[in-house]
Amino acid sequence: MLSIKNLQASINDQPILKGINLEIKAGEVHAIMGPNGSGKSTLASVLAGREEYEVTGGSVTFNGKDLLDLAPEDRAREGVFLAFQYPVEIPGVSTTNFLKTAINQVREYRGQDPLDAVSFLKLVKEKMNLVEMNQSLLSRALNEGFSGGEKKRNEIFQMAMLEPTLSILDETDSGLDIDALRIVANGVTKLKRPDSATIVVTHYQRLLDYIVPDYVHVLYKGRIVKSGSKELALELEEKGYDWIKEEADNIQA
Amino acid sequence: MSKDTDILEELTSGEYKYGWETKIEAESAPKGLSEDIVRFISAKKEEPEWLLEWRLKAYRHWLTLEEPKWPNVNYPEIDFQDVIYYSAPKKKPQLNSLDEVDPELRETFKKLGISLDEQKRMTGVAVDAVIDSVSVATTFKKKLGELGIIFCSFSEAVREHPELVKKYLGSVVPITDNFYATLNSAVFSDGSFAYIPKGVRCPMELSTYFRINAANTGQFERTLIVADEGSYVSYLEGCTAPQRDENQLHAAVVEIYAAKNAEVKYSTVQNWYPGDKQGRGGIYNFVTKRGICAGDYSKISWTQVETGSAITWKYPSCILKGDHSVGEFYSVAVTNNRQQADTGTKMIHIGKNTRSRIVSKGVSAGHSQNSYRGLVRIMKRAENSRNFSQCDSLLMGDKCGAHTFPYIEIGNSTGQVEHEATTSKIGEDQIFYCNQRGISTEDAVALIVNGYCKEVLNQLPMEFAVEAQKLLALTLEGSVG
Repeated sequence: MLSIKNLQASINDQPILKGINLEIKAGEVHAIMGPNGSGKSTLASVLAGREEYEVTGGSVTFNGKDLLDLAPEDRAREGVFLAFQYPVEIPGVSTTNFLKTAINQVREYRGQDPLDAVSFLKLVKEKMNLVEMNQSLLSRALNEGFSGGEKKRNEIFQMAMLEPTLSILDETDSGLDIDALRIVANGVTKLKRPDSATIVVTHYQRLLDYIVPDYVHVLYKGRIVKSGSKELALELEEKGYDWIKEEADNIQA
Repeated sequence: MSKDTDILEELTSGEYKYGWETKIEAESAPKGLSEDIVRFISAKKEEPEWLLEWRLKAYRHWLTLEEPKWPNVNYPEIDFQDVIYYSAPKKKPQLNSLDEVDPELRETFKKLGISLDEQKRMTGVAVDAVIDSVSVATTFKKKLGELGIIFCSFSEAVREHPELVKKYLGSVVPITDNFYATLNSAVFSDGSFAYIPKGVRCPMELSTYFRINAANTGQFERTLIVADEGSYVSYLEGCTAPQRDENQLHAAVVEIYAAKNAEVKYSTVQNWYPGDKQGRGGIYNFVTKRGICAGDYSKISWTQVETGSAITWKYPSCILKGDHSVGEFYSVAVTNNRQQADTGTKMIHIGKNTRSRIVSKGVSAGHSQNSYRGLVRIMKRAENSRNFSQCDSLLMGDKCGAHTFPYIEIGNSTGQVEHEATTSKIGEDQIFYCNQRGISTEDAVALIVNGYCKEVLNQLPMEFAVEAQKLLALTLEGSVG
């Protein structure tokens, strides 16, 4: 489904990603871990098409298409979803209105008729329960005045509504208390489909207790320096990143 | 960043979608202004002697005035002798129904998406269509007539209700008021008149669509709305103009009179031709709009969505004379390309316990300049008066400007005046967030701008609000990418 080959990217001429290789198949969950500043969020942003990052080399193929060649909105319409680390506030625009616009643009791209108000509301009701989303939040301005937990929950709610084939969760666990974490993570797990894949970007192992990964990759200085099964995450939790850093630095030296 | 700027450029360069000209034979006065022209206009309209005198008085006073130079706008000097002051479609026989309206005229309305038939059938709006200064179709008159409501063209009001016109004309905006209002008083061609009798709640929105038509014609509309004691009316004004090259002068006057316990809501969606990307052509819009809350507990509310005109100079104001009277001003002003807008309001608190509220939302894109200019004056005897003002500016790109000129004059120590102002830019973060959900940049901008203007758009009647939202999107089309 997703094939990343030797991906390199920089911001303000500062190289951040220095050759990422990653293969993701439908149905898989991949966790990307690593110390601060290793390039985890950059990877998520580059996949989603954020403009301030310049791709300087490599390729990304998504379901047979050159992902890097697509505009951010077309990547979304092709089924790429990014749950933001810092969801943006849009004053005066309700979550409902925002999502209706989004869904209908995605449907239009796929040659489907727009959803009418009734079917849309039905869909909202159904997905709301999945992330235990409070209905009153939906009519409020998008993310405006939402607590950290509400914002993250809203991201997963949007993910549920848009039914992406590739979901990238960028530090979705940051700023969540343990209950909110469980709700959000359970939502993600329930949304898993055999034809969809998930990339979970996180600092900590605790999220992976709920969203169990098939593979864990450790990102350090813009490269994946170690890959393994979910046990790797536990090992990291126990030992920290220093041993991996050392290993990686030694190889480089 | 530079890429974003290019995209901004592209998006803000949306072309005017309503550019065409209806081919209707016009009967025009020769160019220029003189006492003879004023007499010509008055004679054409078969006006009574008192009105001719009123016009001449205004004209003579106008000769002593100079064009105001204080607004924050720049334009080449207008040659007032190069303007045609009167043009009217040739008289047609009286029409009984819309079917008899000139098919070409109806086609024009269709292009605007406001076919009279549809309006009549679906919205229950009585439409007084003004094309090139002379009213050609008035609907729902009968129904209004049963309630004693008068809603007709200004000329008709002069003929049929001279006592009312004589009593209220110039009572809110006197003929000596300002350069453009005085000019209008001398040469106004036509407009609308509405009178709501005591205790009557007007059951439908009164609506007028304006269009500037024959080339090189100044448009001088005159509107007078009188709400008698305890009455209520909501009035809609909307306009689009055909595309052309010469600058067109538009100097309208709107007067509103609200008696005791009366309430008037006046909503405008303005979309005059703004000129092309380089700023060529476009309408000069110098409007004087003012309402007086003459009686106690009366209320006047202005809502405007301004997207058009090369130059806008407009300050819908409220004189709060009656005790406990309320004045409101809700405004969205969007400028793009080379447009310039200097707009705002005046709230003059004279009566006790008067309240006013100002919500102004400016959106600037392209190379445009957008100024808010507002005056809040609390007079000596206006005890316990309150004002709240909120002025927000939204900038798109780095070549436009937003300016705020608030004036506050307080003559009574019990007065309370609050002023809040914000300036923001549409964030790349916001646009990216929308993109990531599958929303195109153009629609993202429309969504964000509409959200930003929501407080004002909410004040508009439903069908007008939908139109206004489309207009905002259309105006900013082609402005961020």
